[in-house]
Amino acid sequence: MNSNLVLEVDRLSGQQIGLCYHCHKCTAGCPVVDAMQYGPDLLLRMVALGRDDAIFKSRDIWLCVGCYTCATRCPNGINIAATMDGLRQISLARGYAAGERDALLFHRLFMGVVKRFGRSHEAFMLGLFKILSKVPLMNDIPAGIGLFVRGKVPLLPARITASAQVRQIFQRSKK
Amino acid sequence: MNYSYYPGCSLHSTGLEYGLSTRAVFKHLGLGLTELDGWNCCGASSAHVFDHNLALALPAQTLSLAQAFDRDLVIPCAACYNRLKGADMAMRNDAATRSQLESMLGFQYTGSVAVRPVLAVLAEDVGVKRIAEETRHPLNGLKVVTYYGCLLVRPPEIAQFDDPDNPQVMAELLRAVGAEVMPWSHATDCCGGSLSLSRSDVVQNLVGKLAERAREAGADTIATACPLCQVNLEMRQTAEPKVPAFYFTELLGLAFGLSDSEKWFSKHLIDPRPVLERVAV
Repeated sequence: MNSNLVLEVDRLSGQQIGLCYHCHKCTAGCPVVDAMQYGPDLLLRMVALGRDDAIFKSRDIWLCVGCYTCATRCPNGINIAATMDGLRQISLARGYAAGERDALLFHRLFMGVVKRFGRSHEAFMLGLFKILSKVPLMNDIPAGIGLFVRGKVPLLPARITASAQVRQIFQRSKK
Repeated sequence: MNYSYYPGCSLHSTGLEYGLSTRAVFKHLGLGLTELDGWNCCGASSAHVFDHNLALALPAQTLSLAQAFDRDLVIPCAACYNRLKGADMAMRNDAATRSQLESMLGFQYTGSVAVRPVLAVLAEDVGVKRIAEETRHPLNGLKVVTYYGCLLVRPPEIAQFDDPDNPQVMAELLRAVGAEVMPWSHATDCCGGSLSLSRSDVVQNLVGKLAERAREAGADTIATACPLCQVNLEMRQTAEPKVPAFYFTELLGLAFGLSDSEKWFSKHLIDPRPVLERVAV
């Protein structure tokens, strides 16, 4: 039995979810599974069963850190981390609110800064994250100051010659 | 020997001392590092969340710059290495992806640039024998565990470097400069990566376990090769005594007797100097 979701995830991730025989090695090795509701193995099963709504309402797909432990250990060669990316893209396209709001916010801010400057810029991004996230404002302020006094968060972004090309990449990659 | 150099964004900020120590070690060994003009962000842990094409095009753009030179491209940051190597592999092995990226970026992929981590260059092009010969202040008595994190070795078909479960290259280099490398089973465990800001609880838990296991292994310090691992290790440890994390290049520089090493150590969130004083290296 294959849901439409399988086809969509396979297309976006370049993987074949149908090869999974649920050995659980991915879930056993996943470093963030403790914080997940289902874990990668069960998520793949839910994709096959077409449990779209439960998947996209869970926080699991937004907790994947892309460490590729699952991809390395899968006996069927499924890059499960890539399927999580596929699921995130479908979730966004369908208009779901991310189960880990601030994880998505981080990725959005990071890419927003890269689009604007061509490179990441910590001070800019961390400042925006502090303002926009639901993480308590004072969390990480001492660590941020620690980084700042060591000269590790330059306030002004480097102007790079590639930024025009980078903006073009962002435009052209939208299919 | 001359190399093209891609520092990546972190080495201009939170991983400053990784970049400084890499440059110093290369200079000491007589290896040229020429930073690519106009390089851009590799997309890190975020581009692939949104768009597979974008995640390939960002590093491919930098590869297009590197092609102008007849030199290997050396990358210290684990994530940058993984993204650039991944884009190179995608263009090398898949004609459709290659032509799509070529037309998007307006370049012709030649496949002439070898994308390599700093660890590989030091182990393969310099070799442990020469590294040992350059040692002025052997790190005798310093007990370290080597910590690679994820992206230098996984997934192995992209990283194509060392062993994804039991990597050895960093240990060989550190042994060559006299450090005692302690065995442990967590060299390629994940630190929690980009969840550091949004779910610091998850990262604190992972990093806490790493520090605990390092102490259990008898190590004074953790040697890293990734700027995100290093900052997570130092920023997210909560239990005392905290285990400092060095970049492996800092330890090599220290052993070579490079005078700049003090400047690198002063940039750490967990001051590593008490550990060095204790073992008198």
